[in-house]
Amino acid sequence: MTRLDDSTLTSETLAPLPGSSSGRGRVLIIACGALAREILALRDINGWSHMDLTCLPAILHNHPEKIAAAAQEAIDKHRGDYGQIFMAYADCGTGGALQAVCDAEGVEMIAGPHCYSFFSGNAAFEAAGEVTSFFLTDFLARQFDTFVVKPLGLDRHPELAEMYFGNYEKLIYLAQTDDPALTAKAEAAAEALGLAFERRMTGYGDLAAALETLNSTAG
Amino acid sequence: MSDEDDIILSDLDDEELVQQMFDDLYDGLKEEIEEAVNILLERGWQPYDILTKALVGGMTIVGHDFRDGILFVPEVLLAANAMKGGMSILKPLLAETGAPRMGSMVIGTVKGDIHDIGKNLVSMMMEGAGFEVVDIGINNAVEAYLEALDEHKPDILGMSALLTTTMPYMKVVIDTMVEQGLRDDYIVLVGGAPLNEEFGKAIGADGYCRDAAVAVEMAKEYVARKHNQMSA
Repeated sequence: MTRLDDSTLTSETLAPLPGSSSGRGRVLIIACGALAREILALRDINGWSHMDLTCLPAILHNHPEKIAAAAQEAIDKHRGDYGQIFMAYADCGTGGALQAVCDAEGVEMIAGPHCYSFFSGNAAFEAAGEVTSFFLTDFLARQFDTFVVKPLGLDRHPELAEMYFGNYEKLIYLAQTDDPALTAKAEAAAEALGLAFERRMTGYGDLAAALETLNSTAG
Repeated sequence: MSDEDDIILSDLDDEELVQQMFDDLYDGLKEEIEEAVNILLERGWQPYDILTKALVGGMTIVGHDFRDGILFVPEVLLAANAMKGGMSILKPLLAETGAPRMGSMVIGTVKGDIHDIGKNLVSMMMEGAGFEVVDIGINNAVEAYLEALDEHKPDILGMSALLTTTMPYMKVVIDTMVEQGLRDDYIVLVGGAPLNEEFGKAIGADGYCRDAAVAVEMAKEYVARKHNQMSA
């Protein structure tokens, strides 16, 4: 599996990583950098060698108003090289703006409000209705400082945690992989925010199904 | 400021002290703000004047710099916390001294949403501007809003949401108000990070408030208009 650096995935747009078949795949996945490892793992496990992967900076997670424009730019850039493009994003706080871009371009995307939901399974996530829970994935657990601590100023002012997280009760770590070190990191994050901790092994949830559908569609 | 520790607040004259309070609010220094408020009270300042000239004046600068991308959320929160310290001293005194009353507002975060930083900031700035604010907290179903409107009969209903998944609930509340014939009895203002003016219009709100300062200005404008209509 291709090794990817989290810092690169956080802040940079990744050039297409080609699938193994004939050096260039027939389908381009445009993904959030926070999903890169998971998509490559699924690609490797399932032998989806026709898929190429490019990623937008994961830090857009903290600026969802910028996602739709970045996605449009990526589609425009790669449209000529690929017959089919798939957007590996859910709505992700764009308020329907990303869906509108995808609809206009004839590009499919992942169903659901965000990655916490599709990793959990959209139906299960909605049914649970855990509004007082703060979620981390594998990527966000690894990048907790970059995505949570520093942007919220908690490194400089830890006393602000109560103002940000006072209404939350629990941090739920949605684990894609079984990694004790990452679990310990997520648990430490919960402790830093003053929240109870729960780990849920979700695996890849609806992400696998979304890519599987794409696989069969692509033939 | 490097020489901050050397400043003795009580040695400053009124004008210098208010300027220093602007700086201390900007730097989020709660204890210094509380000390300065007490000094001004001892000097015979009216609580309302301290509130408007020093605290609101200072937070307005913070608000402008936040809007212009000079300050960020953590700094605004620290400033708000410092202002809250000053407000907690002034609030009981404001009631006693008959401060001007601009109007009233019920405010709350919508169902499914537990985020309240923006709402709390708006509440504080509205109180600072002379509004009576009833804060019904977070995760409010339509019934909670209607109950609060019925109980408090405010001029304004304020709704807040941080999530794209929860902001559509504002329309549920407004539609229910329309169904029950209540909509025109209230000014409805909405706000929250993922909202915009277009959304505010689409759901039938009177106004979308980009930040706390805009909320205060819009509230003043709508309440003045409402009172003019009533007296016409």
